[in-house]
Amino acid sequence: MTVIEKQQVATEHAVPEKQGVATQQVQVAVQAVKKELLLEVNNLKVQFDIPSKSLWPWAPSLPLKAVDGVSIKLYEGETLGVVGESGCGKSTFARALIGLVPAAAGNVVWLGQDLTRLPHNEMREKRKEIQMIFQDPLASLNPRMTVGDIIAEPLRTFFPRLTKEEVKEQVKDMMTKVGLLPNVINRYPHEFSGGQCQRIGIARALILKPKMIICDEPVSALDVSIQAQVVNLLQSLQKELGLSLIFIAHDLSIVKHISDRVLVMYLGNAVELGESKALFAEPKHPYTKALMSAVPIPDPILERQKKIEMLEGDLPSPLNPPSGCVFRTRCPVATAACAETKPTLAGDDEHAVACLLVA
Amino acid sequence: MLSKTAKVEALNNFSTNLEIEGRSLWQDARIRFMRNKAAMVSLFILFLITLSVIFVPMFSQYAFDDTDWYAMHAPPSVDHWFGTDSLGRDLFVRTFIGGRISMMVGVMGAFVAVLIGTLYGAASGFIGGKTDRVMMRILEILYAIPFMFLVIVLVTFFGRDIILIFVAIGAIAWLDMARIVRGQTLSLRGKEFIEAAHVCGVSKWGIITRHIVPNVLGIVAVYSTLLIPSMILTESFLSFLGLGVQEPMTSWGALLQEGAQTMELAIWQLGFPALFMVVTLFCFNYVGDGLRDALDPKDR
Repeated sequence: MTVIEKQQVATEHAVPEKQGVATQQVQVAVQAVKKELLLEVNNLKVQFDIPSKSLWPWAPSLPLKAVDGVSIKLYEGETLGVVGESGCGKSTFARALIGLVPAAAGNVVWLGQDLTRLPHNEMREKRKEIQMIFQDPLASLNPRMTVGDIIAEPLRTFFPRLTKEEVKEQVKDMMTKVGLLPNVINRYPHEFSGGQCQRIGIARALILKPKMIICDEPVSALDVSIQAQVVNLLQSLQKELGLSLIFIAHDLSIVKHISDRVLVMYLGNAVELGESKALFAEPKHPYTKALMSAVPIPDPILERQKKIEMLEGDLPSPLNPPSGCVFRTRCPVATAACAETKPTLAGDDEHAVACLLVA
Repeated sequence: MLSKTAKVEALNNFSTNLEIEGRSLWQDARIRFMRNKAAMVSLFILFLITLSVIFVPMFSQYAFDDTDWYAMHAPPSVDHWFGTDSLGRDLFVRTFIGGRISMMVGVMGAFVAVLIGTLYGAASGFIGGKTDRVMMRILEILYAIPFMFLVIVLVTFFGRDIILIFVAIGAIAWLDMARIVRGQTLSLRGKEFIEAAHVCGVSKWGIITRHIVPNVLGIVAVYSTLLIPSMILTESFLSFLGLGVQEPMTSWGALLQEGAQTMELAIWQLGFPALFMVVTLFCFNYVGDGLRDALDPKDR
């Protein structure tokens, strides 16, 4: 973090909006010159086939559009936060990026190579550069393996020539780095707390020295004090190793804390994408506004005065999404036109919104 | 004083560098199993029975098919500890020889069932999708075939043969095993640590051998120990119907059948084989229960 950025964090609320925006524009320009584009996702779609309830096995299955055309760019050393309510396709998006679920359309360009078209063995090589941290810390560790074996598994897979001592050395280094005592190397996952298990997961993700880590709600299963520890650990490791992060969460305050840019998703669609500060200062999409209004404010007086824009109804079924804008069924300002055309993200790199009424 | 602090420091250094040994789930299970008295006693008795069915016939003064014409239907005595049967054959040797066959059928049948069932179930669960559906329908069709009918047909076509009994029993018993393993594999496949292994670039074979097999092994171990007594019972049932082993070879089931015919005048011909069989079945069931409790403490 530069000095300017630090000051900005400290005086975030005091800085008049226009000035803030101006500073960010300068920063964007600087980033565009300096930082390398790591990942570019174009119009990514993920579709699951749900077997129809019909008696006949040859009846056509129903397509469930879990992710329906999302595009992002991720630069080196940057953190992209992904927010949205449960079932909006955040995790599926992450899994499609790393190839755990196949993409139905679109492409994922990693350093100039399209990952969705790569043959199996080349994709396996790319896994060295992209790693993932999972939501449930204990469930993501094999209960029958020792911590040392778990952390060493990626090393043993990719560098089978390493001797036992070399592997052990690297594992112990990594354990120290993530704040685990190296002498627990022979213990088993059930002997650790949730926060420690997440540290083991982070160590496993980091041991191959990846360029990007996808964090799929890494802290939502932990209690608040441990959440802070893990988030701070991720941030310091990011700074130390120059990692890029895709950070999925439904806790907006954590996303605000850690992200450089934020993607807001609703029912598999990107509804708003922008610089974290711009987006949090001035949410444009009605859905983002509703999300932001639900964030608690630490000041009790302000908190009581605040009006939460409650959304009516539930998330529509992704099997049968609304026509036009997917948010129109719950949107407080929807018009007839919203049912006709589907909005796409419009705006610049700094802040883009998918709404007919805003753009 | 100084040296003392130095010592403490050295000790601290030493203790932080000392690698703490973790306790694996297997070790935990073994400790729980050892605490289970019934299971440990059963295991000991089973051990004794196994040793005796192997060694007693080797060192006995009678062969299992020797007939003693002067001692037909003889009650237990110093010469014949368990008495003799209707042809004057020594029941002591015959009980252990029968035990050999019965236990072998039990263990081999269970082994065949576990092997086929585990492979089939794991493949079906891991591949999933259409393959899984087809494999499970095949299983259901096999389930619908009446087992006894199949065995009787096999025996009438190919004659009475102990190998045939193995095959017939094993081929039927794997169906349950396959279903259990498939269910376990399906639930494991969705677990995050399998996804994590994918992300770490582990090959499919590596995932099966390093992540799936060790995690289904517990349930397989429990189920196979419970399968052995049911195999022994099935074999005895077949022998009792006269479809089992061929004379003069015998098994516990065949001995029971012979004993039942003469139980009004020679109860020992029924009593001794029955006693051994009941004890063995009891022990296998206790060991199986103990294993289940030890490996699956939540599932009690």
